Amino acid sequence: MRRGFRRAAVCVLLLVGLSALFAPSIAPYDYSRQFREAPNAPASRRFPMGTDDLGRDRFSRLLYATRVSVMLAPAAALVSILLALLISAIAGTRKQWVDRVLSGFTTLCLSLPWIFLFIILRAVLPLNTRPLASVLITFGLMGIAGWAWPARIFTASIRQMTQSGWLVQARASGIRPWRIALVHGWPHLRAVATAQFLVLVPAYILSEASLGLLGLGVAEPLPSWGNLLAELQHPSRVHDNPWILAPLALLMLVMISLESLHPAREVIA
Amino acid sequence: MKSLPAICGAGALACVLLFAAGAPRELRFCLNGDPKTFDALHVSDDRSELIRYLTGGVLVRINRATDQLQPELAESWKLADGGRAITFHLRAGLRFSDGAPLTAGDVARTFNTALDPKQASPAGDTFRSAGDTEVRVDSPLDITIRYPEPKPGIDRLFDTLSIVPANAGKLPASAGPFFVSEYRPGDYLRLTRNPNYWKRDAAGRPMPYLDSIRIDIQPNREIEVARFLRGETHLINKMTPEGFDHLAREKPAAARNLGASLDSEFLWFNQSPAAAVPDWKRKWFTSAVFRHAISASIHRGDIARIAFRGHAHPAAGPFSPSNRFWFNASLKPLPFDAQSALRGLAAEGFVLKDGILRDRDRHAVEFSLITNSGNRPREAMAAVIQEDLRKIGVRVNIVTLDFSSLIERITKTSQYEACLLEFANVEIDPMEQMNVWLSSGAEHAWWPRQKTPATPWEARIDKLELLQASEPVRALRKKAFDEVQRIAVEQEPIVYLVNPDYLAAISPSLRGVQPVAAPPQILWNIESLRLE
Repeated sequence: MRRGFRRAAVCVLLLVGLSALFAPSIAPYDYSRQFREAPNAPASRRFPMGTDDLGRDRFSRLLYATRVSVMLAPAAALVSILLALLISAIAGTRKQWVDRVLSGFTTLCLSLPWIFLFIILRAVLPLNTRPLASVLITFGLMGIAGWAWPARIFTASIRQMTQSGWLVQARASGIRPWRIALVHGWPHLRAVATAQFLVLVPAYILSEASLGLLGLGVAEPLPSWGNLLAELQHPSRVHDNPWILAPLALLMLVMISLESLHPAREVIA
Repeated sequence: MKSLPAICGAGALACVLLFAAGAPRELRFCLNGDPKTFDALHVSDDRSELIRYLTGGVLVRINRATDQLQPELAESWKLADGGRAITFHLRAGLRFSDGAPLTAGDVARTFNTALDPKQASPAGDTFRSAGDTEVRVDSPLDITIRYPEPKPGIDRLFDTLSIVPANAGKLPASAGPFFVSEYRPGDYLRLTRNPNYWKRDAAGRPMPYLDSIRIDIQPNREIEVARFLRGETHLINKMTPEGFDHLAREKPAAARNLGASLDSEFLWFNQSPAAAVPDWKRKWFTSAVFRHAISASIHRGDIARIAFRGHAHPAAGPFSPSNRFWFNASLKPLPFDAQSALRGLAAEGFVLKDGILRDRDRHAVEFSLITNSGNRPREAMAAVIQEDLRKIGVRVNIVTLDFSSLIERITKTSQYEACLLEFANVEIDPMEQMNVWLSSGAEHAWWPRQKTPATPWEARIDKLELLQASEPVRALRKKAFDEVQRIAVEQEPIVYLVNPDYLAAISPSLRGVQPVAAPPQILWNIESLRLE
């Protein structure tokens, strides 16, 4: 049953990933093209999900938005994981004062109100930043800012590892530290890192969506799940065109799929 | 069991008494945030201004429907000495809502407080002049105010000065139709009928007709519409196009489109030498040909139809046509004509090649356009402009900022290239826009606080503005301001785009409503409104 569920989740993620990757070929129109004669058009053969208030094809915009959100969030999560691994390795293997300093720094980073910092950052970004650059900067900063959450767990795991017998034996055998880390240490950390990666991806997708809701995420005309979801602030629009809910449905589907791939679930099961 | 008939009898009696007294006549509506102050002399936001209007007693009132001045606390007034002096004669027996008498001494104290530089009262701004102003109390009912120079429209200015009591508490007493009786920040405020209000209707009945007004603080516009549809409120004074369309579908009888409002949506380029803008861009922004080309390439009709769902009109200039007296009727909205825009740009050395417009020095034409986040019509308007200008090879980067960041950029740091905003006209008189048009003005958007006018046309506008400000004859003032409007359209330092319609929701149970374009729109004749 669980395996079937996981297979379904992988299929969903593959389908979503492929549609995002091939969005320019699949989308019937450019995401920014305005059909001014047809604003707020209902779903039809011409516009499968209708149009938004500027007459832009919702289906095309959803495909491109998926591309932005689904492809950049994992990249940002990867940046966070790599940073967290690096900092945790330093904290877990160096002298105790280094560990204390880094631990304090991690606590400080965890306590920062990131959403407000992003708002401030958006306000100080050069104004002529192109939409694509702004989205890369937004996700890049999420990646850089998000290292503290996994770092805590990685540091604890690494510290535990340094006290284990096999590591003492490996050191005594004269194996080089990088070899110990990559060949012996990484297999122990991989499951934790994968779990953290799968936690961060949806968190970043949601963070971008939150910034989009505040009107401070990805700049027009580039679509993202965040700025598409911003339309849900007007529930009356849903009545006119239920396809407005499509990004929300897709977001939920991706979240559930990512969640079902979580290795911790298998351990618990 | 014996007590049952007695209880029933008492209940019936209570019902009869309540019916005889009439059901409580409480008007309900929402404000989108808390008013910043109840001090009538320190009002600087729309919400506080509305409360001031509903509670403040003024000497004279501009009738928003006829634009004529009518007596209020002052029974009569007289202009003298070529517009330098004005004498008011107050009604006898005037009282504040707390019962304290209102005399010429209160008027003098209010006026002096408003003018006191230490108070920094926004209400005093329009009354200030270069020389000393003399205030003389002739009797408890008479007061004379004298300026060293003629003060145009001095009598009309008193529409904005509410007479305040000597001891103003947190919820100050007032001399207007209502006073603030309850306030729970973030929740609601209640205005109760002023029992000492002087006004009576033609039949001799005391006014206002309403017992109280409950104003709920409701920042969410969708919820505001939902509450109106549920019958919990009686009006929405200013609606978004989307909310209005929703209302029109659900309750068509309550949806009222009253045509173009006094407000205008516009964009301008930052021409200030202090701006963080490269020299080549500043060269574009200071060129009238460039500004005109940008203006002609924007489809105002599409903005009105798409961004405002058809509830806006292409703008012709600084004033909306709904400002019937001051609008220069010879001005027409600039038609969309991208080809003529490109011809104009070509004459200035711009070249369109491979979809990119470049200037004489091969710089690609690109600028950022800032606007405030969270205002959907404005964001949609920015997207329409972006798409229109893309067709003539101009790249526009839209940047939505939270309102305080935006204001800081345009008023303090000058770190922006172009800005898209709305000017909400509160008054219909051009005096209100003096600060925008004078080159030395702090709100001279495109290049504020100039020491000397940067261009001959700005020097001409300065001259005309000062002329209209010192000219007592209204027709001559109008002639001067007509020319200001004409120059503004020729030079386009501000590219006027659309005048949004004034959209309102009015419950059929609310009677006596005569909506007007000038604020406070539905509520301007609050004394005459009644609920049925």
